[in-house]
Amino acid sequence: MPPFRAVDGIDFEFGRGEVFGFLGPNGAGKSSTMRMLGATSPVSAGTLRVLGMDPAEKGPEIRARIGVVPQDDCLDRELTVRENLFVYGRYFGLAKNVIRERIAGLLAFAQLEEQADAQVETLSGGMRRRLTIARSLINQPEILLLDEPTTGLDPQARHVLWDRLYRLKRDGVTLIITTHYMDEAEQLCDRLAVMDGGKIVAEGSPRELIDAHVTREVLELRFPADDQAEVAERLRAAQLGERIELLPDRVVVYADDGETVLVAVHGMSLAPITALVRRATLEDVFLKLTGRSLID
Amino acid sequence: MLRAWYAFRYWLTVYARTWRGTIVISVANPVLFLLGIGIGLGHLVDHGHSMTLGGVSYTAFFAPGLLAASAMQTGFIEGGGRVAGAAGSVGAYRTAVTTPLEPSEIMAGHLLFITFRVLTSSAVFVAVMAVFGIGAGWWVLAALPAALLTGLAFGAPTAAWAVGVRSIRNTQTLYRFVLMPMYMFSGTFFALSQLPRGVRLVASALPLSQGVALCRSLTLGTASAPTVAARVGYLLAFVVAGICVARITYRRRLHG
Ligand SMILES: Nc1ncnc2c1ncn2[C@@H]1O[C@H](COP(=O)(O)OP(=O)(O)O)[C@@H](O)[C@H]1O
Ligand SMILES: [Mg+2]
Repeated sequence: MPPFRAVDGIDFEFGRGEVFGFLGPNGAGKSSTMRMLGATSPVSAGTLRVLGMDPAEKGPEIRARIGVVPQDDCLDRELTVRENLFVYGRYFGLAKNVIRERIAGLLAFAQLEEQADAQVETLSGGMRRRLTIARSLINQPEILLLDEPTTGLDPQARHVLWDRLYRLKRDGVTLIITTHYMDEAEQLCDRLAVMDGGKIVAEGSPRELIDAHVTREVLELRFPADDQAEVAERLRAAQLGERIELLPDRVVVYADDGETVLVAVHGMSLAPITALVRRATLEDVFLKLTGRSLID
Repeated sequence: MLRAWYAFRYWLTVYARTWRGTIVISVANPVLFLLGIGIGLGHLVDHGHSMTLGGVSYTAFFAPGLLAASAMQTGFIEGGGRVAGAAGSVGAYRTAVTTPLEPSEIMAGHLLFITFRVLTSSAVFVAVMAVFGIGAGWWVLAALPAALLTGLAFGAPTAAWAVGVRSIRNTQTLYRFVLMPMYMFSGTFFALSQLPRGVRLVASALPLSQGVALCRSLTLGTASAPTVAARVGYLLAFVVAGICVARITYRRRLHG
């Protein structure tokens, strides 16, 4: 069996102060890419420069100036919130009083002041994530790598976390984010690389990606399951919209004006169970580019 | 190398929170064993023929052997389960790799901590031996570095292996099927000279046998310079080989 290529020839660039995202489903190679950026996994071919340095040569120097929020929190269960921040700061060779000062600020930033002396075990998922982010900031990094920062969090916890990330962006920290949530990518990222199967299939701002790959609006139609294929054929024959996609549970019509298409559908005496006109999203971009849905 | 010190300091901080749990296995058990077996069983043995033990009481024979065996056990537990756990997907190494620390520094820091653990638990045991008047006076103190060397001869190779282990259960299997037999057949409880010749040759090649013999000859003041040098060299070879392999296995697992 040939060796598996988790990441296969990707090409991207990001600038200071930017929020850059990797959007892709599980197994796309996002975490593998992040480990290379974080100088903890060697690049087998090609060139990578982080802060102008080669990770193969200057791993420690790079890691001293970036922050990493891994996909798993990797917090110390035996230690308190404050102690977790403290031992991490010591890894960077920071003096005790410097760390203590920074911890005060970071606890406030992560809204964990009341939990400062609590065991990690007792924190909610969102609090743990915020603690991991606070920890990654102890060395005042110029670049922050966040691997799926909000996966597994409830909507409210996600919004609290996004709000913290906006603040970092405002403070001029470069954020590199991976996610398989298209709303997260749209909300947070200035620029995106859409990944699938270890490759970048498209790159640009969320707006650019939508403009370039899909229509402005999308019409979603549900028919009885047995009729869907036949209906899709008839819609294609009628040349409605720009493109028609047949999914297991619905027929999707891409069109700049969804309402007009819907009127035409009714005019063909088709009676969908439900019909919905919505704006196109990155989810549609992904579907168009890969023929698959982001979350399976 | 300063960064290896940071890694060591990390383990000390965690240990400061959790040391109570380790005291039973690395200090209390050996001491109870010494009292129970050494003094209880020793009473029986000493009334028989003790010449195979070199003319010393069973307790004086057994104690330095147990010192070496306990050092091995501490080295193995610290280098085995703890390393495998730290290398796991949410283990302590996963946090350390995101800092300036290199895999070799993470490894060196952990070996320093294993050194600390073997040294402190052996020191308590040596102190107990001294209190009971075991050994030829101050010679008993010479057994401490010997015990440390024995512990590291197991700790370093075990860490080199355990960093690549995917399931902590594997370290328990190794303990049961390799460490325990070695514990029994390395001359801790009886003189190897009592074994049949073939078995004796195999048994005396075990690293623990050399550690036991080293601790025992130093404690009893019967050591000769050439044999001490040979045994130290033998155990040191395990330490050095362990470190060399660990440099590779740590990098492979942590920067894979
Ligand atoms: N160390 C590894 N050895 C073999 N395969 C791996 C390894 N790490 C990741 N993979 C595989 O590489 C692919 C990409 O993984 P990953 O980078 O974790 O993707 P993502 O973070 O986008 O979910 C997956 O199919 C995964 O199973
Ligand atoms: Mg991932």
